[in-house]
Amino acid sequence: MSAPVIRASQLVKRYGDLAAVDGIDFEVAPGESFGLLGPNGAGKSTTMRMVGAVSTRTGGELEILGLDPNEHGPEIRARLGVVPQQDNLDTDLRVRDNLLVYGRYFGLPRAQVAKRADELLAFAQLTEKVTAKVDDLSGGMKRRLTIARSLINDPSILLLDEPTTGLDPQARHILWDRLFQLKERGTTLVVTTHYMDEAEQLCDRLVVVDHGRIMAEGSPAALIRQHSSREVLEVRFGSQRNAEAAQKLAGIGDRLEVLPDRILIYSANGEEALVELTSRGLAPITSLVRRSSLEDVFLRLTGRSLIE
Amino acid sequence: MTTATEQAIAAAVKPRRFGAWYIAEHKLRAMRAYRWTILATGIGTPLFYVFAFGVGLAVLVGANAGPSGIDGVSYLVFVAPALMAMAAVPVALEEFMFGIFLGFKWNPIFAGMNAAPITGRQIIDGMFIFVTIRLAMTSTLYYLVLLLFGAVQLGWSVLIIPVAMLTGLAFSPIAALTASFREDRSQFAIIQRVVIMPLTLFSGTVFPLTQLPIFLQWIGWLSPLWHGSELGRELSYGPNEPIWLTVTHVTFLAAVAIAGWQACVRISVRRLDR
Repeated sequence: MSAPVIRASQLVKRYGDLAAVDGIDFEVAPGESFGLLGPNGAGKSTTMRMVGAVSTRTGGELEILGLDPNEHGPEIRARLGVVPQQDNLDTDLRVRDNLLVYGRYFGLPRAQVAKRADELLAFAQLTEKVTAKVDDLSGGMKRRLTIARSLINDPSILLLDEPTTGLDPQARHILWDRLFQLKERGTTLVVTTHYMDEAEQLCDRLVVVDHGRIMAEGSPAALIRQHSSREVLEVRFGSQRNAEAAQKLAGIGDRLEVLPDRILIYSANGEEALVELTSRGLAPITSLVRRSSLEDVFLRLTGRSLIE
Repeated sequence: MTTATEQAIAAAVKPRRFGAWYIAEHKLRAMRAYRWTILATGIGTPLFYVFAFGVGLAVLVGANAGPSGIDGVSYLVFVAPALMAMAAVPVALEEFMFGIFLGFKWNPIFAGMNAAPITGRQIIDGMFIFVTIRLAMTSTLYYLVLLLFGAVQLGWSVLIIPVAMLTGLAFSPIAALTASFREDRSQFAIIQRVVIMPLTLFSGTVFPLTQLPIFLQWIGWLSPLWHGSELGRELSYGPNEPIWLTVTHVTFLAAVAIAGWQACVRISVRRLDR
């Protein structure tokens, strides 16, 4: 493996008494798609800002492209692309002008920026919107424009903080498709998300973060294999009776998770578990057999669900 | 050292040197969206003020002051440098209040700039370069209108352009204050009413400061507007104030402008590094 492009060791960020990031270690290899998965407030965005060389760490070691962000912020940022959680496009500028001024921040010649802006607008499927006002774009279009902007310097690493939060399913799929193309071209991606499907779609490897600490690390498939069963049987008995029904479920599957609205039964074979359950005289209102997901991994590791 | 490291070091050379100018370029491009408004107010404001003070009020003042006028010149000539300084203030304040708060809060473009290789210091420096350019445009237009009305004589009086610009820039402590605001809770309206309005009224702009009772004159001494107006008058028609006073005006304006600018840089750098 070639030298990692990001290396964090015992990384800490403290705000007063609160440790938003509490000693995390990870490395990202060039060309890799790396994810930070965790609920809101887990410390994902804080980690991203430190990796983005705009937030000074409180402790630990951090190296991006072989440089320390405390000393070489501008050097690191010159080779990064950043898609922040909250769009910060300039609404006083038209769509294409947003790319033109941003390209200049990297010291690129105007002609080169103009050429690249047109290519990126095509890539982001915004060619018809070049002279539109930013405020007139849909949420998905703004997101795509922000991604186009982040690519204006042809970055070595692209940081995406919750790239699809707040978008409708169709807009999310268009965005994922664009990101997947970047991944295929060899751009290193670092993604934070609280959507497990997004993590599974985009990430080769990820860390599960909670309370500023890393709970587990691996590929989505490996994490599921390691921390969950192959299948999950979800049954609902009505909110009042779930707990009562759970008492009669002992011995079915490997493990039970009783949530307020449903019971999750972890088992290698969900159908068999359902047969066993009905043979005990239980009649759930609804039942569903599905494959285990990262959500289950997260639930297992933290005892909480990702989106609360 | 790997290739990626070398690339990063090379890529930051130009942004490190010219970052502030890229910010000014951005702001100037954004300004094009409302260039006609700026041009119209840039010409309209001096026209209205010269007309109101130079033609309207001047008749009353002239009748009262007698043939020697104020400072030995007509009221219009007396008031012109002060009008120009007064016109620079709202232009500077617009950027120092709304430009800065916009960048941090309303449309957080500063965070976007900072995510690129631009430093917090360069962002604020760039904003100040932009304000200086805006002030140069407004003040030059104003000067041309004053020339047209015979309120200034072409010559040394052209220096009242940089004096007006410096007067506007001396309101930079407001930029530092704005950079420290977290929320928008009508502070801007309060600044306008409690700080800017008294300064405008009691700074010896449209009448000599000495006309005020002594217990109000201190407002003028602390006001960039008084220093700017007096300096402008000295350069326009030369009432021959002592040289130490002229030096004081320049020093005061420059010192306040620099102090506010540097405070704004410090506060902004800290604010961006969350």
